[in-house]
Amino acid sequence: MVKKIFLIVMVLLMLFTVAGCGSTEKEVLSILNYDIYIDRDLLKEFEKENNVKIKYDTYSTPEEMYIKAKAGATSYDLIISSEYMIERMINEGMVNKLNFDNIPNYKYIDEDFKNHPYDPNNEYSVPYFWGTLGILYNKNTVDASSESWAMLWDENHSQRIIMMDSQRDSFAAALKLLGYSLNTVNEKELDEAKELLLQQKPLVMAYITDGAPDIMVNEEADMALVWSGEAVSAMAENENLGFVIPKEGSNIWIDAMFIPSTSKNQPLAEKFINFLCSIEATLRNINEVWYSTVHTEAKKQVDEELLNNPAFNIPDEDIEKMEMFRDPKEFIDLYTERWTEIAAQ
Amino acid sequence: MKDRTKYFAYPYVLWMIIFIALPSFLVLLYSITTKESNGLTTIQFTLENYKKFFDPLYLNILWDSIYLAAISTVICLLIGYPAAFIISNTNLSKRNTLLFLCIMPMWMNMLLRTYAWMTILGNNGILNNLFSLIGLPKLNMLYTKGATIMGMVYNFLPFMILPIYTALSKMDKALLEAADDLGADKKTVFIKVILPLSMPGVISGIIMVFMPAVSTFIIPQLLGGNKNMMIGNLVEKLFILNGDWNFGSAISIVMMVIILISMSIMNKFDVDKEGGARLW
Amino acid sequence: MVKKYLSKIYMGIIFIFLYAPIVVLAVFSFNESKSRGHWTGFTLKWYVDLFHDRDIRLAFYYTISIAIISAIISTIIGTIAAIGINSMKGKAKSLILNVNYLPVVNPDIVTGISLMILYIAFNMDFGFNTMLISHIVFNIPYVILCILPKLKQLDVHMTEAAMDLGATPMYALRKVIIPEIKPGIVTGFLMAFTLSIDDFIISYFTKGEGVTNLSIVIYSMARRGVRPTINALSTIMLSVVLILMILINKRTNGMEKAKKLKEKR
Repeated sequence: MVKKIFLIVMVLLMLFTVAGCGSTEKEVLSILNYDIYIDRDLLKEFEKENNVKIKYDTYSTPEEMYIKAKAGATSYDLIISSEYMIERMINEGMVNKLNFDNIPNYKYIDEDFKNHPYDPNNEYSVPYFWGTLGILYNKNTVDASSESWAMLWDENHSQRIIMMDSQRDSFAAALKLLGYSLNTVNEKELDEAKELLLQQKPLVMAYITDGAPDIMVNEEADMALVWSGEAVSAMAENENLGFVIPKEGSNIWIDAMFIPSTSKNQPLAEKFINFLCSIEATLRNINEVWYSTVHTEAKKQVDEELLNNPAFNIPDEDIEKMEMFRDPKEFIDLYTERWTEIAAQ
Repeated sequence: MKDRTKYFAYPYVLWMIIFIALPSFLVLLYSITTKESNGLTTIQFTLENYKKFFDPLYLNILWDSIYLAAISTVICLLIGYPAAFIISNTNLSKRNTLLFLCIMPMWMNMLLRTYAWMTILGNNGILNNLFSLIGLPKLNMLYTKGATIMGMVYNFLPFMILPIYTALSKMDKALLEAADDLGADKKTVFIKVILPLSMPGVISGIIMVFMPAVSTFIIPQLLGGNKNMMIGNLVEKLFILNGDWNFGSAISIVMMVIILISMSIMNKFDVDKEGGARLW
Repeated sequence: MVKKYLSKIYMGIIFIFLYAPIVVLAVFSFNESKSRGHWTGFTLKWYVDLFHDRDIRLAFYYTISIAIISAIISTIIGTIAAIGINSMKGKAKSLILNVNYLPVVNPDIVTGISLMILYIAFNMDFGFNTMLISHIVFNIPYVILCILPKLKQLDVHMTEAAMDLGATPMYALRKVIIPEIKPGIVTGFLMAFTLSIDDFIISYFTKGEGVTNLSIVIYSMARRGVRPTINALSTIMLSVVLILMILINKRTNGMEKAKKLKEKR
């Protein structure tokens, strides 16, 4: 009996190792991206077209990505991340300059998303998607006419409010409600925001990142702090849901592709960036991730319905009031300490 | 023979030095150095990381974790002891089936089982749907302390039942008969004979439930909605989100010390070290 | 009599508690709708999807291959080490046993982090190898703990007798010791295998490019709503385990019965 099991195990093992080795001669491109942030079939197509193998990994927060990269625990060829983390990595010399000759599709990228302070001369990164932070709510139970962050502090919805388990985003809501910059390094302002978030805690059902749309679609909560693309996808699944970008202003973020200095195959990574900047790939990605596009041509071709959704086609008057996260450098500890205090209460 | 086979252990000793002792030492090293230390030349020693932990903020987190884990352990004991007792008193053929049924759930991924509880406890989950079918009001169950405790009890209950069962089944039945013959009633027999004899099982059960419960970070995240930070969440955050490995290491060392103390208590009670192995 | 019923009811409640989530998972793997908690109709599409989902397939491949390889290696190292430890005495023995016990009692998160720090210190590339080594590290202690009790029961005179009769130590090992402790080795192997399949935290800290396991995939999904494909996969895996266990049980039962019959004759 044992011998038989052992034999079976060995055969399985050999099959596995054979299956694993079959593709090692191909060029390899390793990519790190946020969760559900690409149309996965595009990877397969790129693999086939170029006869390469893609190693694809996902992560959930920019901090997590940064720490692993900094510690030398990763060596990806291409990373997609958020602007403030890219800024930090550029400053620390962890990003390679791009060769734009290999990325002709860069011409499609909207000028509005170039020349931002995180990459002032557009040398290191290519914008991928952009979006904002807002409140996803259930139209049947929530009155959104105030269009204010104060909605998230409404005691009538006690235990029906979902916040993010992300310090920058949660603080952004509180700081904006108080009328401060979401990049503040003023300890007094931060303390006020902390008090506000502490006041809110008894009303909060849960602090979760990524999971809120699912709960909102199930109508298990009334309101959730979400990113715009999450709102679009949730609204597509449940028509009772609405999205509001508070009048006090919000955060605008740009996620971009860049090549970390650990990359072993820069030309191939650039080829992939160019591939993702094509009209067709962008359109397919839009239909998968639902965030606002930085692609001028693709935007002309998306569905009418999507263009009418303010969570996708974000109105200009809202954009004017938005602020981009900056890398707070060592001041991040001020945020972290206060966020831990809130979580420990 | 014995003298020569002793050398068989040496390769593993080397392995232990590299993969158990050295990593623990590195964590210790991180815990007593500053963030600015980069390599051997710039190393700076400090006790700041430990001092920081004695801030009421972090002590609160530790206290909360111990409190939640202790409650779960007590519940596990209260539920698990009778179960183990019942199993040890059934006849042999049935006993194996019952034991098997206790272990079976552990072969399913723990995260999935925890996730399934989200489906059961959610505001529009299975339990609440049942409640409204029979006319009861819906309850807020998911994302509460209660859900966290339940998740721990659920995941670690088998760790309590099995060692107690082992202790009970090893018991010499003649002792019980003797007590019976000497006129002790059932209650006295239980308190004076059975309970003391099953103590090693109880203690090893308590430790085997308490240890994973106090350090878990998944259960408070998925079932507790991140509303109560536990020590495991803090360590995970420090390493993954904040990048403060020095402070994170200090807390890891504190956790390790707590565990080692429990271990030495376990040694005192002469519980043999097969805790984990008993699961089989 | 009443007591008997009471204890039956009690065990019943406990098993309902233990199995409710598993039943829910299995039932919802046949649910038409993606969202949890609502039954909208029967479907097998998640089982079909399973074969097309690249993430899950890859994670399954890594989970199984790491479980098999790490279980084999840790069983081999563990068996040899256990034999060695068993013949040691005094302080050295208790020191080794205590260090060996460390990964068992240490919180997984501390073990995972300390290994991650080790690999970084040695400048190792994170990936299949780091995850495999980590699994072997936490598997061996369990294997040793499964085998040691069997070695204690082993009759010392048997090996001595074998050697008196001219067996070399290696021969005695192969022909006398190993067969005697085989049950311990098998349990050790099975235990290492299941621990490895189920591990999340240590893998989470030691994974690398393109290498994940099912637990990690499930974790990232559980945060935003699991795809029912994962339910389908675990239903299949659990069914396989169940069938295997029943078969093995039947076999051993059958063997015992046959033995008894033989003895009667």
